Amino acid sequence: MSEGHPADSEAKKAWRTAFEKASLRDAPFETMSGVPVEPVYGEEPFPGQYPYTRGIYASMYRSRLWTMRMFAGFGTAEDTNLRFKDILNNGGSGLSTAFDMPTLMGRDSDSEWGLGEVGRAGVAIDTLADMEQLFADIDLSVVSTSMTINGPAAIILAMYIAVAEGRGITPDQLSGTIQNDILKEYQAQKEYIYPPRPSVRIITDMVKYTTAEMPRFHPISISGYHIREAGSNAAQELAFTLANGFAYVEAAIAAGLDVNEFGRRLSFFFNSHIDFFEEVGKLRAARRIWARWMKERYGVTDERAMMCRFHTQTAGVSLTAQQPEINIARVAMQGLAAAMAGTQSLHTDSFDEALALPTEKAARIALRTQQIIAFETGVANVADPLGGARYVEWMTDEMERQAEEIFTHLDELGSGSMLEGVYAGIDDGYFVGQIADAAYRYQRELNAERQIVVGVNAFTDGDEETEVNLLRISAEVEAKQLERLAEVKKTRDSASVAAALAAVGKVAGESDQNLMPVIIDAVKAYATLEEISGAMETVFGTYVEQSIV
Amino acid sequence: MADEQIRVVLAKLGLDGHDRGIKIVARTLRDAGMEVIYLGLRQTTKSIVAAVEEEDADAVGLSMHNAGHLTLAPAMVQALADADLDVPVIVGGIVPNVDMSELDGAGVAAVLGPGASAEEVVKAVADAVAAKRTQ
Repeated sequence: MSEGHPADSEAKKAWRTAFEKASLRDAPFETMSGVPVEPVYGEEPFPGQYPYTRGIYASMYRSRLWTMRMFAGFGTAEDTNLRFKDILNNGGSGLSTAFDMPTLMGRDSDSEWGLGEVGRAGVAIDTLADMEQLFADIDLSVVSTSMTINGPAAIILAMYIAVAEGRGITPDQLSGTIQNDILKEYQAQKEYIYPPRPSVRIITDMVKYTTAEMPRFHPISISGYHIREAGSNAAQELAFTLANGFAYVEAAIAAGLDVNEFGRRLSFFFNSHIDFFEEVGKLRAARRIWARWMKERYGVTDERAMMCRFHTQTAGVSLTAQQPEINIARVAMQGLAAAMAGTQSLHTDSFDEALALPTEKAARIALRTQQIIAFETGVANVADPLGGARYVEWMTDEMERQAEEIFTHLDELGSGSMLEGVYAGIDDGYFVGQIADAAYRYQRELNAERQIVVGVNAFTDGDEETEVNLLRISAEVEAKQLERLAEVKKTRDSASVAAALAAVGKVAGESDQNLMPVIIDAVKAYATLEEISGAMETVFGTYVEQSIV
Repeated sequence: MADEQIRVVLAKLGLDGHDRGIKIVARTLRDAGMEVIYLGLRQTTKSIVAAVEEEDADAVGLSMHNAGHLTLAPAMVQALADADLDVPVIVGGIVPNVDMSELDGAGVAAVLGPGASAEEVVKAVADAVAAKRTQ
């Protein structure tokens, strides 16, 4: 076919060569009226070409649709295990785990902090026994799993490895992602345990470990999602996220890792909010900025280490408790923006999320929504279908320009180091202040009705009819979880637990050693999450945020 | 007494870190002329009671997004009562309608759900404080 296009530019020829190497899905790639469509339109750079503004692969969704990865987790490990199987049986192609608050904060279910929180907003994990149950009857060598956890991420990853090993699956067979992005915790989500510097050391250890042992696993998902949900605007989400990415890159380089190696393993996680073109521009700009910085500032030569691959989730904060069913329409448009911007995976929110954790039905509707985008709308036929539109290209440039201004500020704060700049921005309240200002600005726009949210400050007829079925977590969950934890504590070998915890504490104090192997030993001895986290806390200390309004 | 500036203690009780809403509420109440003491994240009923005593506060505002409200909000009301503090507790966040009556029964003065306007927030606090002052 290549010789049939003599007028092709060099870039187009290169794209065609790459495209022809890719395997294609068994689909017609024509409109519903039977009109055949090209895999891409417009000018260079083409998808799969630096700086990847138009997508990271030459063939994009013609080879493989985005992964439909639905986030789920509640109650006990058994409850979530059932939901996982339901997702897989309904065509979901990957799993994504939500943990409850005590787990996210490195606390056990029997901690005084656990009161009223066990299993409420995610699944409760205290020991390896819970993790074994969570993934019961699910083939971990086949299914890719995303785990949304940060502070105690190393311990949860260790449990995942231990579950797999118990079934004869080696770490190199495991695929998936662990969020493990601690910097945005100090900026937005606030689920931190230790101070920033030792936390980044743990992450660097995990990057080292996975680079050596787990080639199919992404040890970090650098996340703007929570920054946006906490109230930032689109450009701040973009800039803070990529700045955090640069910070991790600098930390890993300083630890002696090869940026061409670990750079391939970094992945990102963005929000898809309701302003359609701003979101598309933001996501396209993310790929371009990341590629440029990786190449020009960090000297990356391997193209795969320049590619910004990302997961997208629709904006939970955009969903309304009023007339909750209309959220289905919001989610559809946000999901469409993510698909048209070339996301690698997508979670579509359930319409009832402004009220409670999603019911099974609401979660299924959300999955069906992205299946409609993928299989009915035809947007997956053509890579970067909006590329070349004047407004879209302008918006992409504008998002990049605003982000670069923020990078300049952080670079100055850190005297030429983005890592130090990000630490300084955390210490002096820059990030939380910027986010709170943006959130308040938006709220004032709402109050003044300059920003319309249907069902909230306009078109409110029907707001009274909000009786939808909600997922309720029964109090039995806590009792069941406490029972299992007590049972594990009773039956485990306390001498080996004590020895394993002492080893964790010792290695925590020696920054030239990797924490992962001793943490894996500790989880295998059925030490609890809080015990292991506590062993590190005694060395690293805990982080307390200044309460800035 | 009615013109006396209202002093509100705002806090995130428990582990929940969602602080977008409470920060907006803090600024909203401040802009409405109230004095706001924001304690921040990871507060306990004990730390909140201590702050109410120390600051001589008129109201406590809690923000909850992690479905722990049915346990934590009544615990807060109880802790204030145990300390002989007659201070209303106002809860905001992700609270489904079906839980309103249970919170009401537990002595929570007002609940502000998602989408509550600035006006509603200010009024809920002012009304709750006024109700206590006229008792």
